[in-house]
Amino acid sequence: MNSIWPQLENLLAKVQKPARYIGLEDGSVRPDHDPRKVSWLLTYPDTYEIGLPNQGLQILYEILNERPDALAERTYAPWEDLESELRAHGLPLFSIENHLPASAFDVLAFNLSAELVYTNVLNLIDLAGIPVRSAERRPEHPLVLAGGHCTYNPEPLADFLDAVVLGDGEEVVGEITEVVAEWKASGRSEGSRLHLLRELAKVPGVYVPSLYEVTYDGPRLVAVTPRFPGVPELVEKRTISDLASWPYPKRQLVPLTEVVHDRLNVEVFRGCTRGCRFCQAGMITRPVRERPAEQVRTMVRDGLRRTGYDEVALTSLSTADFSSIDEVVAGIIEEQPNCNPVSVSLPSLRVDAFTVQIASEIQKARRTGLTFAPEAGTWRLRKVINKLIREEDLYGAVESAYSQGWRRMKLYFLTGLPTETDADTLGIAELARNCIEIGRRYHGSPSITVSVGGFVPKPFTPFQWFGQNTVAELNRKIGLLRDALRKDRAVQLKWHDPKASLVEGIASRGDRRIGAVIEEVWRKGGTFQEWSEKFDYSMWIDAMSMHGLDVDWYVHRHRTEDEVFPWDHLSAGLHKDFLWQDWRDALAEVGLPDCRWTPCYDCGACTGYGLEHIVASTTPPAGGSQGTGQDLRRGSEAPVLLRGAR
Amino acid sequence: MRVRFRFSKLGKVRFTSHRDVARLWERALRRAQLPVASTEGFAPRPKVHFGLALPTGYESLAEYLDVDLREPEAVSLDIDTLPEQLTPLLPEGISVDAADVVDPKAPSLQEAVTACEWRIEVPGLAIEAARREVERLLAAPTLPVVRQRKGKEVHDDIRPYLWELVVAGPIAAAEPGTELRAVFGTQPRGLRPAELLAAFEPPVIQARVCRLHQWITLGNTRREPLSAAAARAEHAEARA
Ligand code: SF4
Repeated sequence: MNSIWPQLENLLAKVQKPARYIGLEDGSVRPDHDPRKVSWLLTYPDTYEIGLPNQGLQILYEILNERPDALAERTYAPWEDLESELRAHGLPLFSIENHLPASAFDVLAFNLSAELVYTNVLNLIDLAGIPVRSAERRPEHPLVLAGGHCTYNPEPLADFLDAVVLGDGEEVVGEITEVVAEWKASGRSEGSRLHLLRELAKVPGVYVPSLYEVTYDGPRLVAVTPRFPGVPELVEKRTISDLASWPYPKRQLVPLTEVVHDRLNVEVFRGCTRGCRFCQAGMITRPVRERPAEQVRTMVRDGLRRTGYDEVALTSLSTADFSSIDEVVAGIIEEQPNCNPVSVSLPSLRVDAFTVQIASEIQKARRTGLTFAPEAGTWRLRKVINKLIREEDLYGAVESAYSQGWRRMKLYFLTGLPTETDADTLGIAELARNCIEIGRRYHGSPSITVSVGGFVPKPFTPFQWFGQNTVAELNRKIGLLRDALRKDRAVQLKWHDPKASLVEGIASRGDRRIGAVIEEVWRKGGTFQEWSEKFDYSMWIDAMSMHGLDVDWYVHRHRTEDEVFPWDHLSAGLHKDFLWQDWRDALAEVGLPDCRWTPCYDCGACTGYGLEHIVASTTPPAGGSQGTGQDLRRGSEAPVLLRGAR
Repeated sequence: MRVRFRFSKLGKVRFTSHRDVARLWERALRRAQLPVASTEGFAPRPKVHFGLALPTGYESLAEYLDVDLREPEAVSLDIDTLPEQLTPLLPEGISVDAADVVDPKAPSLQEAVTACEWRIEVPGLAIEAARREVERLLAAPTLPVVRQRKGKEVHDDIRPYLWELVVAGPIAAAEPGTELRAVFGTQPRGLRPAELLAAFEPPVIQARVCRLHQWITLGNTRREPLSAAAARAEHAEARA
C-alpha cells in the first residue's frame, strides 16, 4: 500500500488548519508495515483538536506499538473542507503517520466518547471505502471495532460495528490482536469473517452484535439472545486490576498545533465510588484504582521534561479524592523539572475536598480556571442525585479560591433531574448569587459563570429508568434561570442546547432500530453533530418519524421495573437490582455513602470479579463533608439519611 | 541577554502555522532547560520574539527568532552548541542552523528586515508564459489588488513591494513547470507570494514556495539578520 501523501499535500494547501493531518507529533511513531503484524488504525470520530488528547487512544497506541505482533497508527475525522477534497479526488480516509489508506489496515478501531459523534463513525467507515453495514463487509475489509464509554449501549450502532469492547482496553487489545492474527494467517478466505467474529465473541469483554437475535413485542424489546452456541449470553466488561502495572502513556503525544487540553495529562486514578446517580462514568468504571503517588510523581517529572509542557493535569473523575493529592501537587510545584514554573490543573474538583491548602498550592505558578460542579441547586435535589455536598462545602471552596486570588470561576449544574421542582432550579441562581457575595469580600468585581446542561439519563446508572425532560420543559427551566439572573451582571449564564440533549437521549438509551435513524441523518449530510453550528435537530426528528419511531417513547417515557433494556445482555459489573434499589432510594431522598471509606454495599463491581479498591488511604481526605453531608471536622449530626451496607 | 536563532522549516511541518511554531519553540526551550526570561504578571509568558510570519504551507531556509535569557544563568551557556542541542527537540523538518548573541537594544526582527527572497515553484506554468508574465508585471507602473485586512477589503498597489522577479528555470520535479525567484519588500507591510501569483494572468493558484533569505538592506548592501548560516541551511534542505 502506498502513502497518499503526494496527492494529499496539494489538497492541504487549500484547507483550514492543515497541521491536523501531518502527524509528526513528539511521541508518535511511523511503524513499518509487515504482513505478519496486525495493523490497527485507531480512530477518533471528531476533529484532531478534540481527539488527539484522548488518553484511551494514546494508551492503546503505545501498547499496540510495543507488541511484536501489532502496530498502530491514528486518524481523526477530517473537517468538511478536506473531506470534500478527498471525495472529489477519489482519495480515502488515511492514517496521519504514514498517510496510508484506512483500508490498508486490519482493524479500524473507534473511540466512542459521545453519542452525537455516531454519524461521524458511519461517515468515516464510508470514507475508508468500507461498507457501512457490517453484514455487507467482505474478507478484504478491515474489522470495524469500537471502545469507550458509549459502548455500554452500542445497540444504536449494532448494524455498523463488527465488534465492541466493554471496559478497560489495556489487556483486551492484545487478545483481539491474536485472534485477528490467526484470521490473517488463514488467508482471510471467503466466508472467514463469520468465523473471525465467532472467535472474537469468545474473548471476554468483546461483544459481537451480529451474533445476537433481537426480539420485540410491538415497540417493546423482549430479549437480545445469542444466535450460536459458544456466544455468551452476558458480555461482561474488562477491568484492569491495578493501574500501577500500566504506567501509560509513557510518551504522551505532543501535538504540533493547538488542541483541547494541551498539557501533560497524568491519570491518578480510575473509577469513582462517590455514587453520583446521574454519572455514568462513575458507575461503569468501578472500582477505584489509584496510581501509587510515587508513580504519579515520576510520570509527571518525566513527562514535563520530555514534552516541555508547563502545565500538568492530574486526571480522574474526582481528583481531590486522590489519597496523596496535597503532597503530590506541592511536590510538582516545588520541583519545577524544566527550571520554569509549572501549573497544575485539577479537573473534576469536588467542592467538599477543595481546601485552602490545595488552592494556595495550585495558584503558585499560574492560575488555571476553576470549575466546581455542585450539579443541583438545593440540598434536597443533591440528596436525590447523591451528590452530597452541602451549601457550606461549596461556599468554603469558593471562599478558599477567592482568598487565594481567583476572581472568576465556573459552576456546573444539571437541569431536568428526577424530582426537580422550580424551587430546585431557582436554587442554582441563589447559590451563584451567594458565591458572588463571598467574592465581594475579597475583590471588587468577582464573576461566576453558571453552566447548565440538560440531564440525559444513561445506561447502567440508577437514573436509567427516568424519563428525560422534554425540550420545552428544559427551555422553561433555563428561562426561569435567565429571568432570575437577569439583573446579576456578575453571573453569566450559559446553557447546553436542549435539542442536542434530546438527540443525545435518542442514542443514549436507544435500541437497534435507532441505527436506521443514524444512517438516515448521515446520508443526508448530518456529520459533526457535536458542533453547534453543524447540529441539525430537524434532521433527527424527521428521521425518527420517517422510520416510525416515537421520540416520546424512546426519550421521555419513564421505564418500569420490568423493562428489558437494550443493554441488559451487557454488564458493567453492576447488579440491576442494586441500580433499581438506588433509584428507589433516590426518589426517597436517601443518600449512599462512598464505599472507599465505608463498608461495601455490593453494587457488583468488585464482588464476583476478585477485584477490590486500590486506595492508599483508608480514611477520606480532610475537609468538607466528603460526600457524607456531615461536617467531618465537627462531627455534627448527619443532615442526610444514608443507606448503609446491605 | 538576547540570543538570535536561525532555523529552517521544510517538508510536512510546513503546514504548521506561525503560532504553532511559536508554541513548538517555547516547549523546545523548556526541554533544553534554558533560562528563558518571562514577562511579569498574572500569566507570565516567555520572552520570545519572532520575525515576519511565514504563511502556513510555505517552506523556509531563513526563519528567525530572538530569545531573551535570564542573566546571570545565561552567561555560562555555550551559544555555539545551542543549534545542535535544540534541533532534536523540535519536530522533524525544523532545523536550527545558527545562534548568536545580539544587542537587545537593536531594532526587532520585524522592524529590521526590509525584504524577503523567495523561491516559487509553479507546476504547469510553461517557461515562455512565465517570462511574458514576469515582463508584464515588472513593466507595470502599478499593480492594484484587493486584499483582505482584518476582515475588510482594501485596495492596495503591490508594485512598490515587487523588488525583483526572475524566471530561474524549469522546476526540479517530475511534472513540467517554472521556478521563479523573487525579492519582495516588507516595509511598511509585506507582499505574500500568493498575492503576486494571483496577479498573474491567468492567476496561479497552486505553487510550492520557500523563503530563501530575509534581508536587512542598508544602501546598496544587504545582510541576513544572522550571518554565516547559509551553508548549514542548504545542508538542511538536502536532508529534508
Ligand atoms: S462492589 Fe462494593 S466496594 Fe466495590 S464498588 Fe461496589 S459497593 Fe464499592
